Amino acid sequence: MAKFDETPINKDPAINGVLRPPKLREHASAEVRCYPSKPKDTAAIDLPTELVPDWKERAIAKLGEMLEKNKALRVYMDICVRCGACTDKCQFYLGTGDPQNFPVARAELLRQVYRRYFTPAGIFPDLGDAADLDEELLEKWYTYFYQCSECRRCSVFCPYGIDTAEITIAAREIMAEIGVSTKYVTEVVAKVYQTGNNLGIPPAAWIDNCEFLEEEMEEETGLPIRFPVDEEGADVFLVPPSADNFANTDTMIGYAKLFHYLGISWTTSTYCNEGGNFGLFLNFANLQKVNRRIIDAARMLGAKTIIWGECGHAWRAGILTPTLSGPMDAFDPPYPYHISQFILDMMKKGAFNGRIDKSANDEYVVTYHDPCNSARAGQLIEEPREIIGAVCNNFIEMPESTIREKTFCCGAGNGLLSDEIMPIRMAGGKPRALAVKHTKANYLATICAICKAQLPESMHYWDVPVKVGGVIDLFANALQLK
Amino acid sequence: MSTSDILWTLLSLFFVGLAYFATFAFFGGLLWKLVGYLRTSMPLPHAITPAPKTEGGAVLRVLGDVTLFPNLFKADKWLWAGAWIFHAALVSVLFRHLRYFTYPVPGIILYMEPVALFFGILFGAAILFLFWRRLGLPRTLYISNVPDYFVLALLGLVAATGLMVSYWLHVNIVDVKGFILGLMTLHPVEVPRHPLFLLHLFFVLVLMIYFPFSKLLHAGGIIFSPSRHQPYQVQERGKRYANPYDDRY
Repeated sequence: MAKFDETPINKDPAINGVLRPPKLREHASAEVRCYPSKPKDTAAIDLPTELVPDWKERAIAKLGEMLEKNKALRVYMDICVRCGACTDKCQFYLGTGDPQNFPVARAELLRQVYRRYFTPAGIFPDLGDAADLDEELLEKWYTYFYQCSECRRCSVFCPYGIDTAEITIAAREIMAEIGVSTKYVTEVVAKVYQTGNNLGIPPAAWIDNCEFLEEEMEEETGLPIRFPVDEEGADVFLVPPSADNFANTDTMIGYAKLFHYLGISWTTSTYCNEGGNFGLFLNFANLQKVNRRIIDAARMLGAKTIIWGECGHAWRAGILTPTLSGPMDAFDPPYPYHISQFILDMMKKGAFNGRIDKSANDEYVVTYHDPCNSARAGQLIEEPREIIGAVCNNFIEMPESTIREKTFCCGAGNGLLSDEIMPIRMAGGKPRALAVKHTKANYLATICAICKAQLPESMHYWDVPVKVGGVIDLFANALQLK
Repeated sequence: MSTSDILWTLLSLFFVGLAYFATFAFFGGLLWKLVGYLRTSMPLPHAITPAPKTEGGAVLRVLGDVTLFPNLFKADKWLWAGAWIFHAALVSVLFRHLRYFTYPVPGIILYMEPVALFFGILFGAAILFLFWRRLGLPRTLYISNVPDYFVLALLGLVAATGLMVSYWLHVNIVDVKGFILGLMTLHPVEVPRHPLFLLHLFFVLVLMIYFPFSKLLHAGGIIFSPSRHQPYQVQERGKRYANPYDDRY
């Protein structure tokens, strides 16, 4: 029995692993909200600690500023024709039936304010579909812009590629500016500045866990597989999601086995042991500040190469690094580089020839979940599949309309992985869960730490017996180290 | 002068003034809006991947968007059919209308006479389909607002009056041509004395004025959508975007 209110969730079944658009259930998820931020966290990250007195003026001014500086926002405000192509594509609508979760309806929450204050339609608000930014609308913004996981699925089906994620990002930026943000996102960003990672793992604990894993590996394999921390002059500075060291340890072990096999010196950093950039879910200033830590850490350690680990948001923010934090010319390659690309590059050079034993993964029937950020922002669609294909004998794809660029979000991305909005998470996770169920796979591979946290819960809720794990985990299983 | 003559003179003044105003509003407004899109930077990588890695590929992607509507095809085949037929018919009808703005008229525009009615009716039918869909689907009904209905109604009236005036209650083509050429050469003459034609002209002019302040901006705006026209070049040596929030880089 679920411990949360299930009424927002729509229980229609899937047909062949694909959901049909449910009947409209107005306000189904109107009461599901994230906890608001705590003053100690917002103060720590340079945000107002409560709603500022002149919030309306500040919000409108911020919107005006963003319209001057962001072409996407400016264009997307004007060119939506309300065709409805996006409406049945969002997992949060498919899971709840709440029409306010249509991407177009979500975007209209911002567009109505845009029209009111920036276009002639604002002169006759009722005729021009414009609206004042009042408390009621701000409440709706807070509710529904934190029921969007910024996964960009809607953009794939929009004739003009309107990216509702960009609109959600803009609305959250405006809200942050006036003192409205969520506890989950702000406390995580504050933890990054304090401890270097999202989970609040202090350096001593990080080092401790790495030593523990080294002992485990020595016992398991008899080999001195290392998990270096803060080592200067290493070839590779790895930026994993911090969850890999504590929750998805098979993934962490995968990195270590890979580098050990290749004989490459590598390290993590206690100043920056987090790839997943939660500033991406909050506002530009924090997005940039968190991102800078990566380059700073790499410079402090004198590393030659920065490799991003298996994390979707890390990669989506990672590809912004040259713009946010300056040129990466000091590194090789001089641009962001992902662990899956690295494995494939090594594979093509023949580094693993004759040392891969596919039968090591024979107990698994593997299916692959494209994290939204890898597929729709990071152009990493075939790489993980190639790796899986090279190390597994049993690989089955989910229905075509649910993978690759059309992949469904796990349901908890971009700041939604918080227990108080569990109904939304389970509703959002429904299309993915039912697609997995259809394949009858027993291993759900993915390259994102938030997906790895959300998917086990979502699979359990929707009654899909499957183990969730990383791609490098499978690779490490099959790699013969001796 | 008879009262009828005075009436037509007044109407002519009204329409000549409205026509010039509409032309100014349409081209000026469109220029203002589109140049605004052009000059605003896109400060971050924003392409929807998988995306082409070269500028040429991105141009092809946008050309494909504008001619074939591939995303709409993925989204909803019926909508794609309705929308594509609507736009194809619109382009044909607009192309045929060049006969009023050119002298001598190019051959192809004259010779498409046999199919002109077909495209006109297709245009009208597509509008009816889109209107019916908007009202018939609960999802589109929920998201539709006054401007959406207004535009569809306006287009429908343009189509209806245009078809009637071309194929039923005929207007004197020479009068129409003379009026249009008069406007273009800045030597305006009296409007054709044909109320239905004037209705058609009126709806067209209202559409032109409304265009740059409405969702019809998608016509030019589509090529400025960064998710479609940005190539994916983050992994090219030295490729960075101008960061408008930070002058340091």
